[in-house]
Amino acid sequence: MMCNIILILHPYFILFTQMNKKKAHLILEDDTAFQGFSFGSSTSVSGEVVFNTAMTGYPESLTDPSYRGQILVLTYPLIGNYGVPPMTTEGGLPRFFESDKIHIKALVASDYSFEYSHWNAVKSLDEWLREFDIPAIYGVDTRQITKIIRERGVMLGKVVIEGNDEPKEFDDPNKKNLVAEVSCKEIENYGNGDIKIILVDCGCKYNIIRCLVNRGATVIRTPWDYDFTKLDYDGIMLSNGPGDPAMCGATVAHIKKAIATGKPIFGICLGNQLLSLAAGATTYKLKYGHRSHNQPVLEVGTNHAVITSQNHGYAVDTATLDKEWESCFVNLNDGTNEGIRHKFQPFFSVQFHPEASSGPNDTEYLFDKFIALCKR
Amino acid sequence: MQEIKKVLLLGSGALKIGEAGEFDYSGSQALKALKEEGICTVLINPNIATIQTSENIADKVYFLPVTPDFVEQVIDKERPEGILLAFGGQTALNCGVKLYQSGVLEKYNVRVLGTPVQAIIDTEDRKKFVGKLDEIAVKTIKSEAVTTVEDAKRVAKELGYPIIIRAAYTLGGLGSGFCDNEAELDGLAAKAFTYSPQILVEKSLKGWKEVEYEVVRDQYDNCITVCNMENFDPLGIHTGESIVVAPSQTLTNSEYHKLRRLAIKIIRHIGIIGECNVQYALDPASEDYRVIEVNARLSRSSALASKATGYPLAFVAAKLGLGYGLYELKNTVTQATTACFEPALDYVVCKIPRWDLGKFKGVSRELGSSMKSVGEVMAIGRNFEEAIQKGLRMIGQGMHGFVANKDLGADNIDEQLSNPTDKRIFVIANAFHKGYNVDTIHSLTKIDKWFLHKLDGLYRLDQTLKGFNKVEDIPLDLLREAKQKGFSDFQIARIIYGENIDVNARMDLVRTYRKAQGIVPVVKQIDTLAAEYPAMTNYLYLTYNGTVHDVDFACDNQSVAVLGSGAYRIGSSVEFDWCSVNAVNTLRQNGLKAIMINYNPETVSTDYDMCDRLYFDELTLERVLDITDLEQPRGVIVSVGGQIPNNLATRLDSHHIPILGTSADNIDKAEDRHRFSQMCDDLGIDQPRWKELTSLDDIYDFADKVGFPLLIRPSYVLSGAAMNVVSNRDELEGFLTLATNVSKQHPVVVTEFIENAKEIEMDAVARDGEVLIYAISEHVEFAGVHSGDATMVFPAQKLYVETMRRIKKIARQVAKGLNITGPFNMQLMAKNNDIKVIECNLRASRSFPFVSKVLKVNFIDIATKVMLGLEPDIPHKSAFDLDYVGIKAPQFSFSRLQKADPILGVEMASTGEVGCIGEDFDEAILKAMLSVGYTIPQKSVLLSTGDSRSKADMLPTVKILQKKGYKIYATRGTADFLAPNGINATVLHWPDSDQKPNTLDYIKERKIDLVVNIPKNLSKTELSNDYTIRRSAIDFNIPLITNARLASAFINAFCRIERSEISIKSREEYR
Repeated sequence: MMCNIILILHPYFILFTQMNKKKAHLILEDDTAFQGFSFGSSTSVSGEVVFNTAMTGYPESLTDPSYRGQILVLTYPLIGNYGVPPMTTEGGLPRFFESDKIHIKALVASDYSFEYSHWNAVKSLDEWLREFDIPAIYGVDTRQITKIIRERGVMLGKVVIEGNDEPKEFDDPNKKNLVAEVSCKEIENYGNGDIKIILVDCGCKYNIIRCLVNRGATVIRTPWDYDFTKLDYDGIMLSNGPGDPAMCGATVAHIKKAIATGKPIFGICLGNQLLSLAAGATTYKLKYGHRSHNQPVLEVGTNHAVITSQNHGYAVDTATLDKEWESCFVNLNDGTNEGIRHKFQPFFSVQFHPEASSGPNDTEYLFDKFIALCKR
Repeated sequence: MQEIKKVLLLGSGALKIGEAGEFDYSGSQALKALKEEGICTVLINPNIATIQTSENIADKVYFLPVTPDFVEQVIDKERPEGILLAFGGQTALNCGVKLYQSGVLEKYNVRVLGTPVQAIIDTEDRKKFVGKLDEIAVKTIKSEAVTTVEDAKRVAKELGYPIIIRAAYTLGGLGSGFCDNEAELDGLAAKAFTYSPQILVEKSLKGWKEVEYEVVRDQYDNCITVCNMENFDPLGIHTGESIVVAPSQTLTNSEYHKLRRLAIKIIRHIGIIGECNVQYALDPASEDYRVIEVNARLSRSSALASKATGYPLAFVAAKLGLGYGLYELKNTVTQATTACFEPALDYVVCKIPRWDLGKFKGVSRELGSSMKSVGEVMAIGRNFEEAIQKGLRMIGQGMHGFVANKDLGADNIDEQLSNPTDKRIFVIANAFHKGYNVDTIHSLTKIDKWFLHKLDGLYRLDQTLKGFNKVEDIPLDLLREAKQKGFSDFQIARIIYGENIDVNARMDLVRTYRKAQGIVPVVKQIDTLAAEYPAMTNYLYLTYNGTVHDVDFACDNQSVAVLGSGAYRIGSSVEFDWCSVNAVNTLRQNGLKAIMINYNPETVSTDYDMCDRLYFDELTLERVLDITDLEQPRGVIVSVGGQIPNNLATRLDSHHIPILGTSADNIDKAEDRHRFSQMCDDLGIDQPRWKELTSLDDIYDFADKVGFPLLIRPSYVLSGAAMNVVSNRDELEGFLTLATNVSKQHPVVVTEFIENAKEIEMDAVARDGEVLIYAISEHVEFAGVHSGDATMVFPAQKLYVETMRRIKKIARQVAKGLNITGPFNMQLMAKNNDIKVIECNLRASRSFPFVSKVLKVNFIDIATKVMLGLEPDIPHKSAFDLDYVGIKAPQFSFSRLQKADPILGVEMASTGEVGCIGEDFDEAILKAMLSVGYTIPQKSVLLSTGDSRSKADMLPTVKILQKKGYKIYATRGTADFLAPNGINATVLHWPDSDQKPNTLDYIKERKIDLVVNIPKNLSKTELSNDYTIRRSAIDFNIPLITNARLASAFINAFCRIERSEISIKSREEYR
């Protein structure tokens, strides 16, 4: 082959020819295909294709259980720049990640930095993905993919790596009980503060635990379907999580029971949807969801606007809420629900992520509010 | 609250280093925002070349100095309810603070809209600022003064090592140094105390990252950060001198949001309403940080952030100043979502400064904490390599990207890496060539390794490509990768085929081949939301990192592309932006779609609101062809953006791109000295004698024939780069070696230098060789001062009627000879009605906005219509009808350029200009001189008036000075000349003499209010003689004039007119 001759002439050549670059394809449900190159693992996979417009925070996002079953397209094109931090633990939790593993099915980027640079990095994104057997693809037109999803709605897709068989079927994660997959299997405790908070783990991000523990709480993390009402507690935190809230009937039933006791409840993301279901409302799937760090949200009835981090595909239909409930936050861009509250009782929830990580922490004050309610 | 019906906006005045076109953009946006609310707007800005001072932007415009006294007079006259201080840079801010402190604002009941003045004062005063941030436990950079080694150790311990210590009250860093531990401190502190009784101990932030945030806050306390930016160059280099990328590249989520959170905390605590900029130092080895400074106003960074994100910061800030909440405003890009959000980018931008240090005598090329760059470019790509290579081409200093450039020489690479100059990035390329690796370069530069790895990748790709002899041999994936990483066709051609062939022809070959292989760029939108929402945006760039265009191309013959001016530089600045924007306006008014191509973030032409499609991209042949391939415009306008588009004419024409207006061949005929001279000879038009250099002997022969002084310059350059005057044979020889290095393709030209001739400019528009309208201006200074540095009078006041008639005749002949259709400019000199043509440019000139606004006839509008084949309205208006005089005066930035000799010559040195209107010459020149920073002397003037001729010329003026009661100081020769003429001047001795009284002491002690220092000639020895006088005048902020005719004009004016007699009239009142 001609290339071999050149290889001898130029030692650097190997780095730059496509010879050692493995081709990879992203194939969408509607048969649109994008050709790029592989990094991470060489497994071919299928999942739901979603995009996120955040410009930082891939170690946090990739370990966010809400991404379970999803092929994540990052619209910010330069990925991997600052490598991946170490698995240092603090208070029983990995300090720099949102769970113990990568949850996405595959990663899609425009430009991958093979060389990274950061004082806190111990490995490259490529190495990290390989560790968890997660495939990734770069060199594709991520903006075009985003536009397709925006116009036609989220769809299923496959990431196929050269030399590996294409998955036969498109795998729809929403048909599975993803929450059951990512929730803890047994009760775990964190911190030793005076206030006892039940954290209903539907796929919780660890920063929720950190935000509670840092405010003097003992966090009792329970499996998603555990009947936490029988425990002794001061407040309930309903976590974020992946997939369709309708899969979590067991959790909703427990929430209804908790509502009756009147102790404070705070829900985040999926937690907002579950609390809404318990409050009689229905949920629906958004065309392409909110996944970004820049979602503007207005606190209903005030001039108070906040920038929020979001990651959800379903939303609450506020028109269907029982009459003692009301909307408390609304999205300034598309008017969708961003949070509900009970008119008289200490129950509230938000669709966005006050714990951030990744994203802006403008709304972390909500944890203070929740803790204050629990102290009462 | 009182309803706001009329608002005064303070502009930034002339462009200067540190305060450039960005404030035309900010101010224009703010005025637009106010206009939308039905508010009457009044603008004070003497910068006549700006968009904001044009028709239909502000309701009333005053071409007056932005100083408290003038602003007060305007307030008294206009009685506005509100004032905006944040849109005119430091000039407007300082003026506003003074008006507040002196009680003027209160007196006239003028409310400051947006950020309260107290908040501005809190950020401007270093001590207050540190105290303010201490209150909220935000870290700032602090230094502590100590008098003992023990105290130094204590402070060092508190601050944490490494620290830097500086001996107080010493110059040049004597007794300063870094200490990594207590042992080192012991030694160094002891040494420092031998220089000074006091030392300053400060935390060393050497090598820390520099990161900026643009923060917005409304009156409801809602905050957003619109953009963050990371400096490629670590701390120590002024952010205006740094390559900057947006968004940050090497910050983790935690770092990004930590700094964001702090920025919001700061803006809330200070109480900004509108926009501010927060600059941080960030430790590269932890999350430790320091706040460097906060700018409580729109800034260069905010203009950059606006262009980088598409978020109109100035527009939004103006609305917030009126009391809107962020969430009540719309995102003007999507037209559907709210302005209360933080843009998500799906590209990376790279800002690169443009320096012109070669234009100044004596200035140091090292970069540091003060700004020296005169402009900047912004490049957009979908990876860093693409963006930076685009950007390095855009700065227009003969570079083609990171690699494949001319060799800079490999001397002192280590030294040049650790002490950066304006060439730093290319020194890095050189270092890779010499085998340096990323680690070594990092240790010398402290530039983050991520950036260096990317640059290393470009170098390696260059090496890989070198292995091929033909473009057809390059594997397609590799060729595509090269294009994706920003390699131009020119770079590829030069890498593959070497330097010794016709690179332009090979470049076409690369282009043709890759297009045949389907390797073409795609057009992507900047939409603020990374494609999350459909956007109505026409803000576009090209990239090879994508496969699908975001937009459709109508190709309906209804569009015209206007090529903009590129980076601001000495000789090409806001005036060409005015020309570009006006061409675009005319296109749109005539039902055509205007496509703008430009890449300067400081401009109004790159505001996507101004045109139908904005391509924020390169003005190279390759990129313009890429765009015309897609858009298929009816034609391209190359005559409104200065020299960059003008230089593309011939090659665009050879690619069959229709050039609107004068043909490419005729443009070349005007640019090419030989062709132009031939034409002049044929038409019987006189030119100064000149010759092209082929050998030294020929030059000497020529010198013998015409005599010294001689002007030497290379052809095809703007604003006289590497141009010089030589007074004798030695200087001639010395200079030739320098000048020939500039360009191999274009030979050196030697011209006779005519002294004491008047210089005249003619700006005009012609159609099919017939002059339709013209404006004749004269220079106050004699020919020899670059036209960009000269003080220009329009209408010309002191020309013979005969001279005027001859000039018109010449212009008509030239217009016919070049069959001009469109704008053109001629520079001529006249001595006793004997007229010579210096040069002719078949494009708009720097003076087009000036003459258009003084005459109130838009030359660009007429020129654009003519180029489109439309019938323009030519007003029957003559300069003779004007009852007023316009004067354009240059603004210099010598105070920013340490050690530079503030002398005028054939090289242009001014960074900006003003244009003022007065009832007569004296009033106009007074307004203009006060606008560029001169002040009317209170008591005393120092004279050193050059050769006997200029001494004699200035005598009547000096007599007036004496009569007016000014105390006159003079150097020995001047005093000796003045004494027998009845003028009693006190002799001050030369700076190099020990004798008292000494000029230097008097300047330092500010006993002098105006320095007039006229060099006898431009020879090196003469210049170095009184350099110290000139430089100290600049360093001690004493007005300096170095030209006898300008000095006379200014002195006569202030002696004849009292400050109080200067009329306060708006543009509209001069009819």
